[in-house]
Parts: sequence; C-alpha cells; structure tokens
Amino acid sequence: MARRMGIEVSIGCSEAVTLADVDVIAAYPITPQTHIVEHLSEQVADGHLDCEYIKVESEQSAMSCCMGASAAGARTFTATASQGLALMSEMLYIASGLRLPIVMALVTRTMSAPLTIWGDQSDIMSIRDCGWIVAFAENGQEVFDMTLQAFRIAEDERVLNPMIVCLDGFHLSHVIEPIEILDREEVDPFLPAYKPKYRLDPHEVLSMGCFTMPEYFSEIKKQQDEALKGSYPVILEVWKEWEERFGRSYNPINLYRAEDAETVIVIAGAFSGTARLAVDRMREKGMKVGLASLKLWRPFPLEDILRELGGADVVVVVDRALSVGGAGGPIATELRAAFYSRQRRPAIVSFVAGLSGRDIMADQFEEIVEKASRYAKEGDIPYYEMYGVRE
Amino acid sequence: MAELPTWKEMNHACIVFEPGNSVQYLTGDWRSMRPERNEDKCVKCGECWMYCPDCAIYIDDRGFYVVDYDYCKGCGICAAECPHDAIVMVEECE
Repeated sequence: MARRMGIEVSIGCSEAVTLADVDVIAAYPITPQTHIVEHLSEQVADGHLDCEYIKVESEQSAMSCCMGASAAGARTFTATASQGLALMSEMLYIASGLRLPIVMALVTRTMSAPLTIWGDQSDIMSIRDCGWIVAFAENGQEVFDMTLQAFRIAEDERVLNPMIVCLDGFHLSHVIEPIEILDREEVDPFLPAYKPKYRLDPHEVLSMGCFTMPEYFSEIKKQQDEALKGSYPVILEVWKEWEERFGRSYNPINLYRAEDAETVIVIAGAFSGTARLAVDRMREKGMKVGLASLKLWRPFPLEDILRELGGADVVVVVDRALSVGGAGGPIATELRAAFYSRQRRPAIVSFVAGLSGRDIMADQFEEIVEKASRYAKEGDIPYYEMYGVRE
Repeated sequence: MAELPTWKEMNHACIVFEPGNSVQYLTGDWRSMRPERNEDKCVKCGECWMYCPDCAIYIDDRGFYVVDYDYCKGCGICAAECPHDAIVMVEECE
C-alpha cells in the first residue's frame, strides 16, 4: 500500500527512481541537486537498489556514461542543475539524437554569473532545443509521480526519447512535503522492466551514432522532430493511465479558475502555487483571473495553449528566466509565436521575475496582473519587463 | 544515382545494422593530392605504413608498401615521413 509521508522532495524523487528499479545511475553532485543523488547512492550502498552507480568526474562524463548504459539497454537515470547541465549540454543533443530513453531530474538553478546557487529556470531554457521531452513539476507529489511517468514515456517504443523532469531548486528540492510514496506492487504493473528495441549487443551487432552526410542529416532531424511531437499522445495516454491507477491527473497545461477568465497567468513550476493563491484573492475582488501552469514544455503543447488561452483578453507570462537582449521571456516568446497567425489572440505580456531564488509573493502576482492589464488597456505592451528590479 | 530514402524510410536514429560497412565508403575520393611511390628509392622500411593515419597502405606480394587509393585521402604524411624521399605528392587530375 502507498504510504503518505512528510518527506523532502529530493528524497521523494530518489524514492521514485528506486521504485523504477533503474539499472544504471551516473551522476555528479551539484547544489541543489545533491540530495537526490546522495540518497540514491545510499539506496545502492544499503542494498535497496540493485544498480550500477557510476561516480564520475564531471557532468559531461555523467551524461556520457548514461548514454553508453542506455545504448546497452539499461534503464538509466541522472540528475543535475545549472552549470552541471551546461557541462553536459554537448551530450544532451547526442542522447536525443541517438534516441536514448534516459531520464534526468533537473533541479532548476540559475546559470552563473554572478555566482549563485539559487533557483530559477535559466538552466532549462538554455537547452531549449536539445530534443529532450521536458516537463515541469510544481509540488513534491508531482516530482515523485512525474519521475516514474518519465521512464514509462521515454522507454515507450513509440517514443524512445530522453526526458527531463524539472523541479525548482530549493523551492521544491529542499522542502518537506506530504508525498504519497507508492509501493513496488503498485509501481511494477505501471512500469515493467525496460525491454530495449535497439541495443548494443555483441551477438546482434549494430552501430549507433555514425557519421552522417548532408544528404541524410535533414531527414534524420525530421524523423527526430516527428518523434518528439509524436510523444505527445503517448504522454497523454500515460497520464491517463496514471490517473486511473492512482487518482492524480496530469495535463500539458494545468488550468485553475481559467474557464471564464479574462486574464490568465502563465507560469511553470513551483511558483504556480503562489499564483493560485493570488488568483483566489483577485477572484474574491471580482476580477476574472485564472492560471495556466505549464507542465509540458517539450513537446510544446500548441493545441492546448491555443484552445485554453485563446479566449482570454490578456495572458500574463511570468518567466523565471531572462533571454538577455531578446524579445521576451522564453515562455512568453513561444506563446506569442503560437498566437501570431491567429485572428483572435490575447495580448501577451511578458514579465521576467523570480530570478535566482527571489520569491514572487501573492501580492506581487496581483501587481503583475494589474500592470499587465494596464499595458494591454493602454495598448502599450513592452516586449518584456523585469519585474521588481530596483531602479 | 539511386533515390535517397525519405525521413520515414531511414533507419531509426540512423542506426546501422550492417557491421563494418564503412569499408563500402571509399574515402579516397576526398583526395586532391596523390602520393606516388618510386620503387627504385623505396627500401621497404615501412615508415609510410606506420604513419598512415587511415591504414590505407598495404604490403604487396613483393614486400613493397603500396597505397590503397580507395581509402587514401591524400594527407601527405607518408611523403613527409619517408626517410628516402621515395614518395612524392602529385596533383590529382581528371
């Protein structure tokens, strides 16, 4: 039977990886990801997880080991954050290009400099085009659930693509939350052992990662793009099964009081919780405000976004990442691109806030919404605004 | 020239199921300069064979080191290393 317990979210993630019965973990510790891999190394040392735990000298090596392990047919996990992700970025493109179903927990943390250990989403946004499936968890239960779901999605023969589950550094990773930890009897039918379709095997020889000439490369990239987009229905299918089995539902965008909303806040990750509180307060004041928490970043849930946000007058996007010198926050820019060719489209107002661990409190969300409504009304919408910066 | 495969026809993630098929890819056509050997000067020391980065030199029945033009890319290392100036690089022509 599942046990509901107060547990640090990082440990909850490690428990999910243990239940997934992974074969290989290769990881390098980095704040705020450390507790996940530390706990996993304990699980292996204490005999709770029969797994090859490879201690490596860098994240580049971590991802390289994961690729080798996954290519050999092992269920493979790693975790990192910020500069560690940057150091493995070279290998991320290769892992997805080779279509290796590696699962990674990314404890989102700011890219230095200035040197910082705190959280925002500048790390994940820096590898936007690396070809991995990317999902955002917003609480401890979602971290646990999505980690298990990720193996099932990534390893599906129709998908065969690596997947990242993002959890906010400190705001999620280091807090203690009540999490329902499933037991093995519940997890095993949902996530049977990985049966690789293609793997490196000395008895059935094949080569992965061969050199490709220009007359083939675009076709292979098209194949990869179609596969990543094709993972969307499988993700929905897995989420539906999860709901049937365990009662918790998942959607590409998680809507809150958005049905009749004139203004919708869009944000990804743990700050959705505070935004929800702000929505409640604004609703009490009679304002028609709702929230869309973005759960799926790649494949980008275009249809859901056009359908669910298309009726709003103002969409307020709060990005916890700055596209330095760009045209807006990364999520805002993507939403604008999605809506540009539509006849009816909401005003999309881009705020960059919550950088490097700075909180966005409920009254600040209210101020952000108030500002966005004013800009939209006046017809003078900035490309983006860094909210709350001292002038 | 045979029709090239569409994206749907290509192997999943470009996996090659035929081991060792790189021998079918004749990299010698990259060459712009060709090493030519003078048998009168060659003393069969084998330095060209040792230095060739593409293993494109083989030993013939008589013990001479012969360039395999199917794979030689014309890098010129053999000519530079030959202690007896028995190899010269000449321009490839049609």
